[in-house]
Amino acid sequence: MGNYVKVVAFALVTLLAMIAANFARDIAYQVHALIVMIVAFAMFVITLRQTDEPLNAAADQNEYLDGVVRYGVIATVFWGIAGFAIGTFIAFQLAFPSLNLNFLDGIGNFGRLRPLHTSAVIFAFGGNALISTSFYVVQRTSAARLWGGNLAWWVFWGYQLVIVLAATGYLLGSTQAKEYAEPEWYTDLLLTVVWLAYLAVFLGTIIKRKQPHIYVANWFYLSFIVTVAMLHVFNNLSIPVSIFGSKSVQVFAGVQDAMTQWWYGHNAVGFFLTAGFLGMMYYFIPKQAERPVYSYKLSIIHFWALIFIYIWAGPHHLHYTALPDWASTLGMVFSIVLWMPSWGGMINGLMTLSGAWDKLRTDPVMRMLVISVGFYGMSTFEGPMMSIRAVNSLSHYTDWTIGHVHSGALGWNGMITFGALYFLVPRLWNRKGLYSLTAVSWHFWLATIGIVLYAAAMWVTGIMEGLMWREVDANGFLVNSFADTVAAKFPMYVVRGLGGILYVAGALIMAWNLWMTATRSPEKQAASAPSAIAQPAE
Amino acid sequence: MAKKDQEKNVPTTGHQWDGIEELDNPMPRWWLWTFYACIVWGIGYTIAYPAWPLIKEATPGLLGYSTRANVAAELEQAEAANAAINAKLVETELTQIAQDPELLTYATRKGDAVFKTWCAQCHGSGAAGVKANGYPNLLDDDWLWGGDIENIHLTISHGIRNEEDPDARFSAMSAFVDIFTQDEVAQVANYVQSLSGAPNDPTLVDAGGLLFADNCASCHGETGMGDREQGAPNLTDAIWLYGGTYDDIAYQINYARNGVMPAWQNRLDEASIRAVAAYVHSLGGGE
Repeated sequence: MGNYVKVVAFALVTLLAMIAANFARDIAYQVHALIVMIVAFAMFVITLRQTDEPLNAAADQNEYLDGVVRYGVIATVFWGIAGFAIGTFIAFQLAFPSLNLNFLDGIGNFGRLRPLHTSAVIFAFGGNALISTSFYVVQRTSAARLWGGNLAWWVFWGYQLVIVLAATGYLLGSTQAKEYAEPEWYTDLLLTVVWLAYLAVFLGTIIKRKQPHIYVANWFYLSFIVTVAMLHVFNNLSIPVSIFGSKSVQVFAGVQDAMTQWWYGHNAVGFFLTAGFLGMMYYFIPKQAERPVYSYKLSIIHFWALIFIYIWAGPHHLHYTALPDWASTLGMVFSIVLWMPSWGGMINGLMTLSGAWDKLRTDPVMRMLVISVGFYGMSTFEGPMMSIRAVNSLSHYTDWTIGHVHSGALGWNGMITFGALYFLVPRLWNRKGLYSLTAVSWHFWLATIGIVLYAAAMWVTGIMEGLMWREVDANGFLVNSFADTVAAKFPMYVVRGLGGILYVAGALIMAWNLWMTATRSPEKQAASAPSAIAQPAE
Repeated sequence: MAKKDQEKNVPTTGHQWDGIEELDNPMPRWWLWTFYACIVWGIGYTIAYPAWPLIKEATPGLLGYSTRANVAAELEQAEAANAAINAKLVETELTQIAQDPELLTYATRKGDAVFKTWCAQCHGSGAAGVKANGYPNLLDDDWLWGGDIENIHLTISHGIRNEEDPDARFSAMSAFVDIFTQDEVAQVANYVQSLSGAPNDPTLVDAGGLLFADNCASCHGETGMGDREQGAPNLTDAIWLYGGTYDDIAYQINYARNGVMPAWQNRLDEASIRAVAAYVHSLGGGE
């Protein structure tokens, strides 16, 4: 019965997309309408073929829904490598501008590839990592199958469609010019629908849990899902110029727009890249270390402090601008008060290892998880420090910011995701263990050295260019032109690119290792069926 | 592992999720006290600095801190410090600046900073121009509109071929693509190349010379030496605004690119314009 409704709906979407493609006012909109048309038509055919077939008996309601997690793991690795590779390429574009590939008529330009890189690593790689691990973790820690039947699959595929629309849009020059929120209005609308479905699946699973309490990882995941929904909706409030065109006009203007943008931008870091990934940390570190979480009290206090304080810290992105001084002060104060709540997660992660420190010698996956927490602690100290007005007057607009972001993104988000992937793949594909621990070690060292090269190069260029910009002679005249500072950064830009190459190389080794694990590693005995729902413990 | 927990006697909370337990350790004291200290500091800081939004305006803070007031004070201080010598720079005859070593040093330093802020985007931070893109090199002694300090000052003040200043220097080379046949373009281009001794096809040069005399000499001069009154470049040297290869020259004859420079008198004060004129004049080619 449901299939009849679906067939009609997919046929309708195909038809509407066809009409939209015909009336499209710009190339990005037209390409997007065609993509939606093809996807909807494919879904129409697939659904039609399944209609009136007997229901698949394998959909056992007593098992965890792990198929979507497996797809999520594959998507995480795929988008990760794509995002790292584009990032490395644009790093070299900054060192060698001829790599902007003029013959591509704009498509190969840094300005279009840069959002492609940031969205690919944050939202495609990070987002898929969060969605797939949260689906895995919430089922295990709630002892319940994902709520909503196939809704989890819609979340996964809908999210991939958002990624494809965003990426193709950037290349074709469609952007609303808001950092980390570049996709235009219809992609934003689609993401809103997908995200609310994600919230429903996650919350539904928690509500039907067979555990008396909600595990701390799920608090973090839930706060991430709820807050990102709010941030996304408010920052993307805009009015389309035409229903058949990609361009839209922001509802806010001037400093209000800037403030909304950085309220969003900072909390994308706070809730997407911090709270969400802390959820991962709280599951995978105790599991891999086989140790209890260090302190329940600490997890409660630092959770509530973190989510309450983070949301106010955005104005530190707008020091010394049109933003009023009072807002700038509050942003700075909340950023500094945020220091300890952030470190609560680091302490709980590291102290969970007490009694199991020997694993660092023998288990490269553990090493990866631990160094990610180390980078987390470093970035969450550096961030509050950079939010101080006096420090910010030197660091802002320089490469120091880029170095800060990447020590967090490559070190914390990247490494903890790699650790989680190494944990998940043998279990999801029912294997005894990873194909090669030596390869994990190689990945660990390549990635770590890559990050050190990257971060060190950016600290040096950032502080150097900050000092060069403000250098004045005895009469108060500027000593350097902007182009002088660009020329001075060249060697460090090359070092940064080399760091990127090492990081990509590590990720490629991981992809190979995970592939071999899923296909070649010896299978686990069928007796311990891993997906049978465990009885809740007392 | 479990042994150690027993040794330390730390109980768990009694919950278990997928095998994960939680110890009931207290929060580390150093962590808690640092957190408290940050909060106390934060409260103090928001009392000292503008912070809490009220209905009409925010609390101003006890220290009277204002980023805007600070910037205004710093600018005022810098201007006051240089006020006397700036006044002297404006009063002194342009040609006399070089006679006063102190004033000249000040003017070229100031001009250097102005140049790096406003002029480097086109002329390059070293003032060497951008080769073959129509941004002239200011280091050599080849001047389109004159290289003495008064002419440089005039060019900077009013600009070239802009629509914002009625006194802007103005001239326009015609595009010959509709006037010459392409054979004639080839003849003129070869003739122009012969003027500076560049490789050329001698069989076309004579015909090109005739066309040049009829169509080009009125601006570029009969000998191709150019005319600074009209900003017409000298074609007999090896310095080329849009490139000196045969293709570059033929393209310029066909399509005639004419560069534009803004008028700076509305954006910079007179002392800054004089300073940057003195700076450009001092670069090596000043006359």
